Parts: sequence; C-alpha cells; structure tokens
Amino acid sequence: MNVVILGATSGTGRALARLLAARGDRIVLLGRNADELRRSASDLEGHGAAAPVGVVPCNLNDRAAHGPAIAAAADVLGSIDVVIVTAALFAVQDDLERDPALLARLLETDFVDTILFCEAARKRLLIQGGGTLCVFSSVAGDRGRKPVILYGAAKAGLSYYLEGLDHKFRRQGLTVVCIKPGFIRTSATAGLKPPPFAADPADVARAALRGIDRGTPVVYAPPIWRWVMLVIRSLPRFAMRRIGF
Amino acid sequence: MSHVEVLEQLAGWGCFPVVSGRELQSEDLRKACSRVNLCCGLRRSYGDAALPASPTDIVSNTVRADRVLRFDPATGVLRAEAGLSLRRLNAILLKQGWFVPVTPGTQNVTLGGMVAADVHGKNHHVAGCFGEHVRRLVMMTAEGAILECGPDLEPQLFWATVGGMGLTGHILEVEVTLERVEAPWIYQETERVESLEAMLAGLQAAAAEWPMTVGWIDCLAGAESLGRGILMKGRWATGADAPPAIAPLPTRPTRVPFVFPNFALATWNMRLFNSAYYLRHPEASRRGLVAWEKFFYPLDGLDLWNRVYGRRGFTQYQCVLPHSPAGSPMRGFVDLFVREGGTSFLSVIKDCGPEGHGLLSFPLPGVSLALDFPIDGDRTRRLVDRLNEYVIAHGGRIYLAKDAFTRAEHFRAMDRRVEAFLDVRRKWDPDGRIRSVQSVRIFGDSA
Repeated sequence: MNVVILGATSGTGRALARLLAARGDRIVLLGRNADELRRSASDLEGHGAAAPVGVVPCNLNDRAAHGPAIAAAADVLGSIDVVIVTAALFAVQDDLERDPALLARLLETDFVDTILFCEAARKRLLIQGGGTLCVFSSVAGDRGRKPVILYGAAKAGLSYYLEGLDHKFRRQGLTVVCIKPGFIRTSATAGLKPPPFAADPADVARAALRGIDRGTPVVYAPPIWRWVMLVIRSLPRFAMRRIGF
Repeated sequence: MSHVEVLEQLAGWGCFPVVSGRELQSEDLRKACSRVNLCCGLRRSYGDAALPASPTDIVSNTVRADRVLRFDPATGVLRAEAGLSLRRLNAILLKQGWFVPVTPGTQNVTLGGMVAADVHGKNHHVAGCFGEHVRRLVMMTAEGAILECGPDLEPQLFWATVGGMGLTGHILEVEVTLERVEAPWIYQETERVESLEAMLAGLQAAAAEWPMTVGWIDCLAGAESLGRGILMKGRWATGADAPPAIAPLPTRPTRVPFVFPNFALATWNMRLFNSAYYLRHPEASRRGLVAWEKFFYPLDGLDLWNRVYGRRGFTQYQCVLPHSPAGSPMRGFVDLFVREGGTSFLSVIKDCGPEGHGLLSFPLPGVSLALDFPIDGDRTRRLVDRLNEYVIAHGGRIYLAKDAFTRAEHFRAMDRRVEAFLDVRRKWDPDGRIRSVQSVRIFGDSA
C-alpha cells in the first residue's frame, strides 16, 4: 500500500505509521518540521517500512502548501492508495475558554485547515480514480458535552464534512474513514487525569488500521466508544445538563 | 502544547519508597529535558534512583521518545532515542538477526536506562556491561547544552554517565553496536546443584565453556541445603541446532491483576515455592532449545509481578563479592543473611568478569548475588546495614539500580571511584540541578 500521513511524528500517528511500516507499506510523511520528519522516517524504516520513507514538509496551517505537498508525495509514490490525517490541536475546555487566541487557533486548525487539507487530498485521489481518505476526528464531536464543548464543536464539523464526502464520492471510488477516538494517553494529554475508557496510541492505531483496510466509514477507537456514545447521544437534555461527562 | 503537570505518587519497581513529584512525558526530549531535574525510563530500577528529590522537581519520562534513528545492517550499529524500549528493539531487530550485546533480565527497560545503570547480563564474564558496547551518547547537560560523547570523545563525561544513574546529564540518544545472532533460540543446559559451594564451582567451570551462565539459589532451605539451586548455561543456537526460519511463538504476558495483600507472600509459601522449583528439576541435567524470551526474560511473562509483594513493597539487594584466596566469601554472606532473618523469594547468583570502565559501574571480578525481600520497616534497614558491613569488609559493592537503603558512608567505603565520579558531576552540573532521591541519600545532594 502507498500511504501518505500528515502527523505521523508523534502520538497516535506514530503508532499507526509503525503498524503500516511493519507490514512493509510504502510511506511518505508530511509534517511541519523537516528534522522531525527525517527522524520518524528512519524509525519507520527500522520498523520494516519499504525504504526510503519519503518526507515532505507541510504545515497544516499553511493552506497554500497542501496541494503541492500532496502532489510531491504522489510523485514519490507514483500513486497514492491512502491519505491519513492525524495532525490536530488539542486543548482542555478551561484553557480554551480563558484564551481566545488559543481557541481561534484550535478552531482554525482542527476545522478550517483540516478540511482544506482534506479537500486537496480528495481532489488528488479522485483524479487518480479513487483511494482512501482516513481522518482522525473524535468522539467529542458526537454530542455537545461539558468537558469538550469547543474542541468538540470543531470535531463535530469535521465529522459532518467527512460523512458528506462519503455520501457524495463513495461511488466515484473515494473511501472516507472517519476515526473517532476517545481519550488517548499521549504527550498532548499527559498530566490530565485519564477519564474512563482511556486508551493507548497503539490500541487506537490498531482499530484505525482495521477501519482503513475494510473501508469502514466510521471507526470508534477503541470500539467500546461506539456503545458509550450511543448512550450519550440518546440521553435527554436535562440529563446532559446534570452530568459532567 | 501546555502540559498540565500534577503531583503524582511515584515509586520504583519495588514500590518503596513512594514520593510525590511531577513527571513530564514528551516525544521531544530536547525540549522536555531543558527544564527537568532528572530523566527516567520504564522505572525498573527497584529503589529510589529514578525518583525526584523534591515535590518541586520534575522528572522527564523518556518512554515516548523511542525512535530508531539509524540502523546499519552492515555493521550492526544502532542509534536510537533514549526512550526506545528493549522490548521494541527486540521485536523489530531480532527477526533481522540482531540482538543487544548485553541484556538485563527484563526487556521492559529503555536504552537510556540501560546506559544509566550500565546493566549486565548472563554473559558478563565474556561481554562485560552494556556500556562497553556503547559508541556514542547524545546528552543534554544540566545547563541545557547538547553534546556528543563516547569512549573517544569527552571520555570523562561518557564513563561517568555509563552507570551514573542519570546524574551527569540527560541522555537523549544512544548509539550501540548490536550482535549478530543466527536464530532466535538458545541452546540451554540446566543442572540441579546441591549446595552453594557446588553452585560456585559450577559457575566457574561453566564460564570457560558457555557465553551465558546464571544460577538460581534457594536461600530459604535449611542448614545443609541452603544455597542449593539450579545452574543455567546457554548459548545462541546456531543453524545446526535450530532451523533459523522458525521463530518462537510470540508470548503474551499475564498481568498480575491487582496489588496482593501484604500477607499473600509469607515465609512459608516462599519456602514452598523455592523447594518446588528446586525439586521439579530432575537430578540429571537437561539440555535443549528454549525460546530467547523464556531464557532471558522469564519474569516478563508475569506483567507487574511487583504487585505480588503488596503495598509494603520490596527491595532487591544485589552485591558483588570479589574472589578471595581463602575461598568465596559468599557462604558467609548467605549465612549472615539467614541469621539476620532475611527471607528472599528469588535469589540469583552470577559470576562476574572484569570491572568495566564506567565510574560507578557495578560488577567487579567475583560473584554477584541478588536477593528479593519484602519491606519490613526498620528491620529491612538494619538488615541492609548488616549486609553492607559484610560487603565492605570483603571488598565488594552494591548495585545502585536496586538500592533504596544504603547509607552514604557505606557506599563510599565500598567504592573508591566515588570522588572521581563526583568531580565529573561538579564539572558538568556546577549548580547541582540534576538529582534524585538516591543522589540525596548517597551523595549528599541538597534536597
């Protein structure tokens, strides 16, 4: 498989890229920092990825760079089977409420810039005749909840966008996989008290890879979240106002 | 990204002592280490070596910085970030026919930890410690400068860092030469030995023929049987012994599901377990192929086995006693241990080769013994004092990676190299920023 990943230098992206590497896939890494990309590329080669693992600097916040970066990745690989987007910004609700600049940055990164990147990837895949676009959204986007109102709002928008893509382009060969992880223990969440059902990056990565291979439109990771969110979505408002979850 | 750092209860593998402190986990060690007082890895040091000296100190946990940065299959030279675990390293490189030249008894350790403790293994008598195979370290000094060192580059800093328990600077990257192996199997021979003396003789005899040797001894058996045990010898299987294409089935560790109550491990059942382990082995020696994981890491099959000791925690006392023309001082040591009321669940004996270059490297030519025992308040402290006095009298020393109790004056009496080590520390960390609970206890750092 020929895979392009945005955000594979850390956290769940790193874990997912290592799973791809272990089965010998060809990989191109996109990310902000060229040095970090090179270090991760060596790591993936060490884990068994077809050498050389390509690197193309691409900042998610630099919208003009999206298209050229994907084109450069396609040049390296010949054709792209899968584009994976794990890059995102995370911040806790309290910090976002207090700091409007941080909030603006998060909303722009996780909603506007991510969707713009996905649009560039979608176009490329459709020109090729199809492929898989796998994007990390979050269970936070499934319902407005007190601890993740603002982060969840961005992710809700992203999830809706991905659902629409699936509806419109599935017939043309575009497979859209929306990954909805719960709380993941990464360096971005270090120091926070892990809520129930917290998972490790490797668990989420395994679930995501299964979803990519099968073309599952929505993947809860770990899978328990499907049932948790089913309950949460069906709770009446008066209950949601009371609980802290 | 802002890291919300909360006070956590931190402890080593022995669950004693427990201290409050802050731990930072980052994929970016260069950034993380610039503001911390100590680094830690997978926290397999038993005592207080990886614990913050005060609640305001921050420890950088390196486990997320675990990338392979370079591997050259022509030479076997590997460079990786310090948080790379031996488990991951083995998982990706053993199938390509490469293994670390020296491995401790668990693969739940990081490369950085292996350097900081200068770990040794069953092949110490031929391969020395891990640090002898390290070519380069990338370090961040206490003042935030990044530099490389190795046996031929800033050798003073390098050899102080090898075995230096993370006190000379933060280890960011490690470059080490791996060893080629033909097949992921070990050809092993085990034999039952009836006494401590026979064990010592057996280890010595086996050292000439086998690259890997270790003994397990029963320190709970009465009088004459005290010190009986099982002697294990091994070497990597060659193509002639094992079809190299067949890898052992991957194993999944069983996790000890909860912390056992303190009474779960009492002397009587420890005694029973030890006797059963001894008697289960037939009188005749056994030989054959065993999977590498089973040979090197028998305890890793039981994840979080430290919970068996309960909330009180436990300590491992490991010392090495030099050979003496008057016969091995080990018999006297074991007798003293039993006389002082010590009860060790698991006792591991190993003969060591020459002393390494690391300024605080543990092994010296002689015999090393590791004893596990539950913490029992001041009694444990007194027991360790008595054992240390014996070790000093016989020219031996203890292993800092295991220690939680040794007094500063005892440690200095054991190790003539301490001043040289402290000189290097003072040179690279004049303000004394880098410290641990252990360095406060042993080297008198301010707390």
